[in-house]
Amino acid sequence: MYHDNIIYKKKSNDPQFLLGVAVVLFLGAYLMNLGNSALSHFLHPLLGNAPDSLTARNVAIGLGIAVLGTLNFHVLGRLKFKVQTTVVWIELLILFLAFFDTFDLSYSFILDKIGFLIIQGAATTLYISAVAIVLAFVLALVGAVAKLSNNGLANALASFYTSFFRGVPLLIQIYLIYLGLPQLGYVVDAVPAGILALSLCYGAYMTEIFRAGIQSIPVGQWEASRALNISPFKTLSRVIMPQALRVIIPPTGNQFIAMLKDSSLVSVIGVWELMYLAKTQGRADFRHLEMLITAAMIYWALSFILERVQARIEKRVNRSVARG
Amino acid sequence: MTRTDTAQQRDLAPAAQTSPSMISITGLNKWYGNFHALRDVDLNVATGEILVVCGPSGSGKSTMIRCINHLENFQKGHIQVNGITLTSEAESVSAYRREVGMVFQHFNLFPHMTVLENLCLAQKVVRKRGKQEREAKALALLEKVGIAQKANEFPSRLSGGQQQRVAIARALAMEPKVMLFDEPTSALDPEMVGEVLDVMKTLALEGMTMVCVTHEMGFAREVADRVLFFDHGKVIEQATPAEFFKNPQTERAQKFLSQIIGH
Repeated sequence: MYHDNIIYKKKSNDPQFLLGVAVVLFLGAYLMNLGNSALSHFLHPLLGNAPDSLTARNVAIGLGIAVLGTLNFHVLGRLKFKVQTTVVWIELLILFLAFFDTFDLSYSFILDKIGFLIIQGAATTLYISAVAIVLAFVLALVGAVAKLSNNGLANALASFYTSFFRGVPLLIQIYLIYLGLPQLGYVVDAVPAGILALSLCYGAYMTEIFRAGIQSIPVGQWEASRALNISPFKTLSRVIMPQALRVIIPPTGNQFIAMLKDSSLVSVIGVWELMYLAKTQGRADFRHLEMLITAAMIYWALSFILERVQARIEKRVNRSVARG
Repeated sequence: MTRTDTAQQRDLAPAAQTSPSMISITGLNKWYGNFHALRDVDLNVATGEILVVCGPSGSGKSTMIRCINHLENFQKGHIQVNGITLTSEAESVSAYRREVGMVFQHFNLFPHMTVLENLCLAQKVVRKRGKQEREAKALALLEKVGIAQKANEFPSRLSGGQQQRVAIARALAMEPKVMLFDEPTSALDPEMVGEVLDVMKTLALEGMTMVCVTHEMGFAREVADRVLFFDHGKVIEQATPAEFFKNPQTERAQKFLSQIIGH
């Protein structure tokens, strides 16, 4: 989005609008019967003892939410952009934690297992994803060049490949590779099978990303290289790809994050990655939710780190433009 | 520099008229689908000659210049540059493109490389020159086109005129025998046209064989040995600039000239 320079009147300072917000919040809370929910439990300290009738509790929680929500909105409106985003992030995180807290989780159980989940599970997940993304990158590069070439054989191979691996669920691909390859006489271990399935599948998606990236470079760049007698291969590697990367990296980062989470599918063939451990560790003590939430948090943290890494790479690749 | 100065200085240099053809085109025909873009173009350009090609847009002048560099295919005819005949085989095209440098309307610099890297890439991967040699060559050429101080900038930091001068230097780094200019000043702000034309004049003085598609009639008058006028894919008129501007033969050329010079 490209913002205009107009200064709009702040809605968060408009009493009528604030009243509207308060009414909506109140009605929302009332109609959703929040008086029965765990939320009212959190607001008890503010409201005194819980009244007996549901209507009274609904009114009480509705008022509480309306007042807090409207106040929050009003105050946020007075802050700077950066502070606004930080505060809202923190508020949402607190709500999230409060939500998890209602599950009555055993934190000692989590503390007990989290080390193993990270050292064995997250490490395996990262390892599988990292190897797979490198392979997928290579497959995508070859696939894209093959798809764009005017060689019918290469084009057919590449388009068949992308069609199949984009068209079949990853879960089935994993089974096919793990259970199918032994039929041909190759017994693959679970980890290589998982890596193979992930790289083939994501290589197929990324082929399309790379193809679009290469095609986004103006023909003038090809012509200039040609006029300088630079070979097609060198043109691709020195002129086109470095520029195409600017287009390719954001969606590739996206794919990597998606792959990190899709690597949980590999748990079906018994790889001791994060998802597999989360399922098995919780099973014995009927502490499924504890482990699943912990795994969710670890996945989220890993994705968050990857987002940061992606942002840095983007910045680097963009440097010729950023200076302009 | 006045017109007579330039012409005289160049005439003192080993002269163009008697030298053999640097470019020779015979019976060149090209179609885009059903559209007949070039019709029986015959052309000889002598070594050291400065040829200006003009004509209305869509008349085939750019197409012809792009054929000379094999950036466009053609269906009929022969093109020779410096005695090498152009065919579509890879080795032939490569040997052939060594002789020909090209400057584009939109510069087509490599935006992800600094100016210096722009000048060094082809020297490295095509001519296999060592780092020191290619950088020395690049810096000397940047000096020549007057932007040595921008060697480490990215193209996006340069004005249009500066970018086009870099593009000229980049082509010269390959030591071509012929330079093709495809509307080199058409994408420039008016105040930047002069600096690019000055570089081209310097090249002309040094005896480079040049084919320039351009609407800069001042440049044609001052520097060109011959002006070629294109219409509907045909060369309909060719003459020395003096004759062409004073006394255009065809009605089409008269109309064309009155329109551009009227502005």
